Amino acid sequence: MKIVVCIKRTPDTETKIRLGGDGMSIDPDGVKFIVSPYDEFAIEAALQLKEAAGDGEVVLLSLGGDDTQETLRQGLAMGADEAVLLKGDPGVDALATAKALSAELQAMEANLVLFGMKGADMDQQQVGPMAATIMGLPCATAVSEFDLAGESVTCRRDVEGGSEVIEMGLPAVITLTKGKFEPRYASLKGIMAAKRKPLSEKDAQTGESRLTVKSLAYPPERPAGRVVGEGADAAPELVRLLREEAKAL
Amino acid sequence: MGDVLAVAEQREGRIRGVSYETVSVATGIAQGMGGAAHAIVIGGSGVSAAASDLGRFGAAKILATETDALADYHPQGFAHAVSEAVRAGGYGAVVFAATAQGKDLAPRVAALLDVPLASDITDYQIESGDVVAVRPVFAGKAFASVAFSASPAMLSIRPNVFQAKENPAAGEVEAFDLAGLDPSGWTMQLKEFQPSGGGSKDVGEASIVVTGGRGMKGPENWELLEGLRNALGEDAALGASRAVVDAGWRPHSEQVGQTGKTVAPKLYFALGISGAIQHLAGMRTSGTIVAVNKDPDAPIFQVADYGIVGDLFDVVPRITEEVQKLKAGD
Repeated sequence: MKIVVCIKRTPDTETKIRLGGDGMSIDPDGVKFIVSPYDEFAIEAALQLKEAAGDGEVVLLSLGGDDTQETLRQGLAMGADEAVLLKGDPGVDALATAKALSAELQAMEANLVLFGMKGADMDQQQVGPMAATIMGLPCATAVSEFDLAGESVTCRRDVEGGSEVIEMGLPAVITLTKGKFEPRYASLKGIMAAKRKPLSEKDAQTGESRLTVKSLAYPPERPAGRVVGEGADAAPELVRLLREEAKAL
Repeated sequence: MGDVLAVAEQREGRIRGVSYETVSVATGIAQGMGGAAHAIVIGGSGVSAAASDLGRFGAAKILATETDALADYHPQGFAHAVSEAVRAGGYGAVVFAATAQGKDLAPRVAALLDVPLASDITDYQIESGDVVAVRPVFAGKAFASVAFSASPAMLSIRPNVFQAKENPAAGEVEAFDLAGLDPSGWTMQLKEFQPSGGGSKDVGEASIVVTGGRGMKGPENWELLEGLRNALGEDAALGASRAVVDAGWRPHSEQVGQTGKTVAPKLYFALGISGAIQHLAGMRTSGTIVAVNKDPDAPIFQVADYGIVGDLFDVVPRITEEVQKLKAGD
């Protein structure tokens, strides 16, 4: 059983975002970078599968710059066996990223390919299903839990008003969201071992980017709100304001 | 060509409300591109009858693919149908809704057509005939303007952000028959749909959201929020902060914020929520924000339009009561 987990280096979700001087990117100064939280669910799922099966291999794949080595080492410290870095710029054109990853994934011949549902930076939620479509593989997205039985995988995904149960044959692609797979912390032993695990590099074949960021801006400021009052006695005035001023009721 | 295709959604043969927003955006873009808005509806028998309603929101033509194999959403089948319709119609832009279905479907269609996609957009402009889309990034901590150098421009719109505007057009329904639809080639199957308890609106789609945080003190107190939700009517849904979901008080499907859902309802109640940066990121594009918190210095008050400082166990029942009175008078 070979499981490939595609991960991305993103800013910590607690980081305050400051815009860079070019008006098109963020200022990376002082920003802590992490494995995108959704990708951690995917790594955890892969490790649990390997542990349950008693054998198999978990390979991490990422498209990014030199600093993504550090991100891959973090995933290796959690317990993955090896890592591959495709050197390139994962821009806003997710299709370009999906093409580069698919080219590598096809050569890797994985039984199962896992992604986080989205990167905690561009929030696009695209690369997994795009890569699956390019490779002609079935893909379940935004999956909160799944089970593997032989050559078939059963996934649960939340949709509006309920959840869907989807069955796919292997090889298959799954994108993970929060649910059954609570990511483990890397142990000290894991961190030491990660330094010696194989990490190979090659250039990404992303091609031309056909979707580009023209500008980046802070969110529109919300006009200053007001405190209507203190305690339950303020409730009638609040509801009046919601009806008459905000026209929200 | 400047025609624009809106991909509408149906469930059990009924057009979903968000599709009127999709068609309205397609109509706006079509005007900017000098073309007409079309819509496509895919479903089982009877779906074309429901589809004609999309004409009210600006669809000049509605393609209806009516086949039992596609009565329920199937990623591979729907992706095939939409991409064939886009190829046949030579559209300048294609608009989806960024719902659970749209987020699943749009990237597959984009990959089949070999064009990039701007997902979950909250605004757009037409600049010399081309679409420039605005979309939240870093969970709403910044907004990016993105431009295409490929056609058609593929977009998905965040629900509740764009208005569904009545704009009557011909709304002529035309059967779009799929050549080469081969369900035997599908490598995935929907085994089951399990409705969530209560059948209430999903937090990502509701126009009013009532969210509880750690200040609720425990899952047993959610009756309080259910009371307010019920008073607000069927467009209201319950939400939960990350702390509450991590504590196991509420399901993840209700989580608002980073690693949960990003919501933009017309009215958002933050009850017993301090306002961590990840939570604010998930709800700051809401129309009107109300906060109730004991701590007057809680960050949530910085984004709230209206705040009440106080114990939510006293305040929320009074709000519920006042809303009930208001609704009774309507």
